[in-house]
Amino acid sequence: MASIDLAPPPAAAVDRAESIWSKLRYYAASHPLGVIGAIIMLVFVFAAAFAPWLTGYDPIGTNPRVALSPPSALHVFGADAMGRDIYARIVYGARISLAVGLGSTFLGSVFGVALGLASGYIGGWVDLVIQRIVDVLQAVPLLVLALVMAASLGPALDNTIVAIAIPLIPYTARVIRSNTLALREQPFVEAARAVGMSEFRIAVRHVLPNTIAPLIVIMTAQLGAAILTEASLSFLGLGVPEPHPSWGRMLSESAAEYVRTAPWLVIFPGVAISLAVFGTNLFGDALRDILDPRLRD
Amino acid sequence: MAGYLIRRFFLMLVTLFGISVLVFVMLRLVPGNIADILFDAAGLIDTADKAKLEHDLGIDRPIIVQYGNWVNGLAHGDLGYSYVSEKPALQEIAPRIPITAKLAGLALLFSVAFGVPLGVISAVRQNSALDYVLRVISLSGLSMPAFWLGLLILMACVAWFGTIPIYTDPPKGFWNTLYLYSIPAAAVGFRSSALVMRLTRSSMLEVLRQDYIRTARAKGASLRNVNYHHALRNALLPVVTVIGIEAAFLMGGLIVTETVFNIPGVARFLVEAIRWRDYPIVQNLVMFIAVVAVGMNFLIDVLYAVLDPRIRLSG
Repeated sequence: MASIDLAPPPAAAVDRAESIWSKLRYYAASHPLGVIGAIIMLVFVFAAAFAPWLTGYDPIGTNPRVALSPPSALHVFGADAMGRDIYARIVYGARISLAVGLGSTFLGSVFGVALGLASGYIGGWVDLVIQRIVDVLQAVPLLVLALVMAASLGPALDNTIVAIAIPLIPYTARVIRSNTLALREQPFVEAARAVGMSEFRIAVRHVLPNTIAPLIVIMTAQLGAAILTEASLSFLGLGVPEPHPSWGRMLSESAAEYVRTAPWLVIFPGVAISLAVFGTNLFGDALRDILDPRLRD
Repeated sequence: MAGYLIRRFFLMLVTLFGISVLVFVMLRLVPGNIADILFDAAGLIDTADKAKLEHDLGIDRPIIVQYGNWVNGLAHGDLGYSYVSEKPALQEIAPRIPITAKLAGLALLFSVAFGVPLGVISAVRQNSALDYVLRVISLSGLSMPAFWLGLLILMACVAWFGTIPIYTDPPKGFWNTLYLYSIPAAAVGFRSSALVMRLTRSSMLEVLRQDYIRTARAKGASLRNVNYHHALRNALLPVVTVIGIEAAFLMGGLIVTETVFNIPGVARFLVEAIRWRDYPIVQNLVMFIAVVAVGMNFLIDVLYAVLDPRIRLSG
């Protein structure tokens, strides 16, 4: 009999699984734009993951004979000045965009959460010092700070990730700090303290998990910003270097000249950037509606 | 209020000091200075010449001495000399400021003129077809890189007029200037208007949910009266803050748009100076941009305190 008491009835587990799916269905039905965003994001993740199966062309292999050839059956999006297939470069470019976008968002969040949590939970002079650092990072416009960082670190994929991550830190730190300030006063923190839990453990095990919802909202919003910033940096020639097929870089070299002579070189990479960011933004908006209780009616 | 503003002003100075240290140190972490670039470019290898060049430029001295010299110069209005043109940095930067200022002013005008009314309409008709369309348009505006929008506009100009309105000589006369600046300003302003629209919409929705709006409706005030007299007035207050956020947001758009349209303003100059590792120009330009951004935010705090009695009376 004891074993029956301990094991949860299987029916309950099924109920729970069903409720997660029904919740998802409910949210999807009430946020049709968010679903479109999620689908767009999945398409780009799919392209990044299965790039070699989606195109037969090498994204960095040049072929002078087809240089600047317009879209055709062979090269659906045309070819660039070095005869590289635009479609292949866009498909492989999804890898660069996602790598930089996810990498810098993640890195920025790790530092932002650490600073915000320390600032909000410890308070006092730690808070004062961290907030001044955050002020400094926030005062310089995102692209300006990323440009100076990228230039000082040198052109490389990992340096671009760091250069974009740093300007993302202050916003995360601010939001996590204000959440921590509110959570710090909650009864469950006092209860944890009463049973003798260490302050560090309370901060990490009790306060931190409660900041996950706003963190997810921030991260989705920052993913779009990071992809756009990578495109801008690479467009200016200070981001991801050759031979990586970066969407922003595809638009850089004498793009203004191709506007007249080879518009397909300008149109397709721009559509790829805009669509990827658009999908992320749509999804992020819906997520914010669902996760941020302050905005709920 | 005075206490509040004095505190804000003091914090602003601390922030600017922090930025000056950050930028200065970051630029000197770079492997390879201007001497390396010039020597690589010329194919020279004489180390004595290189050491002399480094000495002349003052980049062989300890970093703290270099920083002290820079800040000391800033206090006296001496920004040092550009490594590339060898002219005083002030002379290089100052004439470019009005160009960017005009562009930024037009872009801001564009963003407010479209963003605020569309945001209000979107909020008043929440969840209508019009609201959805406006939201999708504003979101796509935020999703498009500003430089690509600039390129698309150039493409449209080629298709329709056969020419590109690109900046070659300084424009003469008011209308000519307006013509040359308004197209790139629209490219920058479109993104900003999307931002303004979204913030106006959410601020307006927030206000429409308040009790005093329900009270006004209950007392029989017309929908029009409630929306535009009671709600809009209060919703516009947070929108004022947006202009502060915009200062930073616009800068990103200006950097790439000036590059696309070949406009010789400060934003494009920053990119050029970074490529050339022209430290005096880069550090002074970033400082200038930071002063403008931080100063704008301070002015908006002042404005907010003046406009909002809750802040005015509490501080």
